[in-house]
Amino acid sequence: MIQPSAYLLLSAVLFGIGVVGVVARKNVLIILMSVELMLNGVNVAFVSAGSYLGDAAGGIFAFMVMTVAAAEAAVGLALLIALYRVKETVDISELKVLKW
Amino acid sequence: MEAVLFILFGAIAVGGAIMVVTRKHPMASALYLILTLFAVAALFVLRQAHFLAAIQVIVYAGAIVVLFIFVIMLINVPEDRLPVERATTMRVLGVVAAGLLLIESAVLARRFGMSRSSGGGEGTVEAVGRALFTDYLLAFEITSVLLLAAVIGAITLAKKRI
Repeated sequence: MIQPSAYLLLSAVLFGIGVVGVVARKNVLIILMSVELMLNGVNVAFVSAGSYLGDAAGGIFAFMVMTVAAAEAAVGLALLIALYRVKETVDISELKVLKW
Repeated sequence: MEAVLFILFGAIAVGGAIMVVTRKHPMASALYLILTLFAVAALFVLRQAHFLAAIQVIVYAGAIVVLFIFVIMLINVPEDRLPVERATTMRVLGVVAAGLLLIESAVLARRFGMSRSSGGGEGTVEAVGRALFTDYLLAFEITSVLLLAAVIGAITLAKKRI
């Protein structure tokens, strides 16, 4: 029998790898993929907690997270295409028009 | 048996995730992301969340990653114009931030006690569908508005003239 804490730890590891990707990488595409990794880590925690508590709410929350992930990917990639048309780069350090 | 499968798919998920953030070319990252998502779907099956596992494969691996691959191919950055990665300070900072998060999670997970549920089958299509269309109907309907807003936003942003 796997302890629930094992799933929580795996979820934290996936989330941590996503954090490293967002902080340390410069390619916007890989940063967006790292955000997806973080959302997936959260989903692991939701699903395992829901199944251990015998409550369908865990699955429902994971379902909502997936919807938000889909919306975020669509809008993020549209932003990236719009920026690429102007700047011709995927380097996040070049995208500083909003910098104060 | 469950422990073996958990370790196997957990290792695949973590290894794939590490490859996603370390590969130079985004296409390799996207392919490793698919591997990670499939491993997470297998973990969902281990936790009897069959419906979520199917949704994971269809929505994540089948729609979101395909969108990523489409955009990578569309903008097609040449190999020599990929961004030069940051100096080691940012990498160390990222690993330190993730390490602190991991320690915090480990402390929380050690204190985490949950009573084991009696009945199974919380992750079947019937159980999820029943909860989704009764208790969580409002959230489900708001989700449709969110997706509509995302579609309109994406079209507006990607149009030739904004």
